[in-house]
Amino acid sequence: MRSRQQHPRDVRDALVGVGRAVRLILLIALALLFLIPFYLLVRNGLSSEADITSPGWTFFPAELHWSNIGELFDDPNVPMAHALLNSSLIAVLTTLGTVLLASLAGYGLARIPYRYADAVFYWILGTLMVPAAVTFVPSFVLVSSLGWVSTLRGLVVPTLFSAVAAFIFRQYFLGFPKELEDAARVDGLGYWRTYWLVVVPNARPVFAAVGTIVFIGAWNAFLWPLVIGQDREAWTVQVALSTFTTAQSVNLHELFVAAAVSIVPLLVVFLFLQRYIVAGVERTGIDD
Amino acid sequence: MPGRSRERRNRTLWFWIFVGPFVLGLTLFTYVPLAWSAYLSFFDAHNTVSPTRFVGLDNYTAMLRDDAFTGSLVTFLVFTAFIVPATYVLSLSLALMVNRLPRAQAFFRSVFFLPVACSYVVAALIWKMSIFNGVRFGLANTVLGWFGADQIAWLSTTDPPWYWLVIVTVRLWLQAGFYMVLFLAGLQRISPRLYEAAAVDGARPGWEVFRHITLPQLRATSVAVVLLLVVNAFQAFDEFYNLLADSRGYPPYARPPLVYLYYTALGQGQDLGLGSAGAVILALIIAVVTVVQARWFGLGRKED
Repeated sequence: MRSRQQHPRDVRDALVGVGRAVRLILLIALALLFLIPFYLLVRNGLSSEADITSPGWTFFPAELHWSNIGELFDDPNVPMAHALLNSSLIAVLTTLGTVLLASLAGYGLARIPYRYADAVFYWILGTLMVPAAVTFVPSFVLVSSLGWVSTLRGLVVPTLFSAVAAFIFRQYFLGFPKELEDAARVDGLGYWRTYWLVVVPNARPVFAAVGTIVFIGAWNAFLWPLVIGQDREAWTVQVALSTFTTAQSVNLHELFVAAAVSIVPLLVVFLFLQRYIVAGVERTGIDD
Repeated sequence: MPGRSRERRNRTLWFWIFVGPFVLGLTLFTYVPLAWSAYLSFFDAHNTVSPTRFVGLDNYTAMLRDDAFTGSLVTFLVFTAFIVPATYVLSLSLALMVNRLPRAQAFFRSVFFLPVACSYVVAALIWKMSIFNGVRFGLANTVLGWFGADQIAWLSTTDPPWYWLVIVTVRLWLQAGFYMVLFLAGLQRISPRLYEAAAVDGARPGWEVFRHITLPQLRATSVAVVLLLVVNAFQAFDEFYNLLADSRGYPPYARPPLVYLYYTALGQGQDLGLGSAGAVILALIIAVVTVVQARWFGLGRKED
């Protein structure tokens, strides 16, 4: 420590500069490493089968085959268009339903005085002890006795009740400025209209944060759609990709172009809503 | 006073209008299945959800005696021993490096966070079919070839168990950015005054400051991160299934609890009694782990 302080100023600055440069180089190397899988996805998706499987690995394929995309959607053995439609429907409905139900519950718990509100809150928190993934067998039993296997209902409805989302909304509304609602009350608005006319328009960031996180989770979900979406007609994108990775053999270039197409919606969400995703992650992790 | 009690009844009504639908659904799709499952676990329930033959604790003893079940718990422990420290160190390092960048912070944060948008299915596909493909056109084997090393069948060799490298790196890539964001948020909550005070006291920037200021200040974040990492590792299914299952089924190694449960309850036998017993045991384990960890770290106190 002493010796460092005796260095002349310019030597010390030089040392700091070198340290900074090393860190930056390391960071750039790591960033490239993190991007390689995405590159492979696109590279293989736009290569010919022969280019992918040739023993002499080249970083850039000899030529780009954009026609792979058209081939994918024309192949009757790969129900990609239908799977994309299923995934879109499921992700949108799950997002809207989850946000609506959880935000109403969170608001009620935070703002409407009720003698047993604490008990209700702990009843909700109790489900956090047992994550949904562990209960997939019991949930399957229930859904199959309702006759909901391979239906949109079965894929969406059981996933709509997120205790984490309700918890995030409750915490957010506890810190929401009460003056706004008091003003609405003076104007004679009841709970319902206060919620929709005053609270929701002023709480957009938290809705966006929870919504984007739920959307990503629903689009990428695998275990539940695998268990419930058994018929080919009910396959989501993830289940379709998984079937072709694990069971049925398919051309590699087709598999990769399908996987590349499947992440496009999320990349769009990511590009435009990243700050909300980050906010959502921060809330999920810290409040959990 | 009649006015006040009407007011209270009115409030109760509104409380249930707001909270009721959610609580009803949560009860129906979480507590009811669990209770039903606990009931099924005492019956012989092959291919049926309304069994008639009561077998007592047979399903539980069968499950606990089954080497494949206890083996799946060992797989979880090994997986946790790899993935928790690896993710912790990588995501914290990324956060520290990104946090100190004078510019381009947003760019690097986005790059490391980008895999969060990728599904486990797609990532497993890239790892299995491209990077760790066991044949010569796999990227890892190509790189080995440049150094004259032999090709490795990454996912089908058990001696040495190379498949762990594949399984751990795929999750590491997918989740490091997520936890980096949590650490970045934690770092930004540390008061700059603490660093100023440390500098006045002569603490050497670098390791000493990190050891005595940054790390203790990140305690709450660290606890949350480790808790999430362990619980998520316990629920691992997607990457194991997509990396290792093929048309012949699942290999006898690297079988975590949920994969075991999936094949027991929904595979050929459809033994829902046995599967339910397994679900109850796993639910109990995870509930105990969560509560013990939370108590241990002093979480769960009333937040309002």
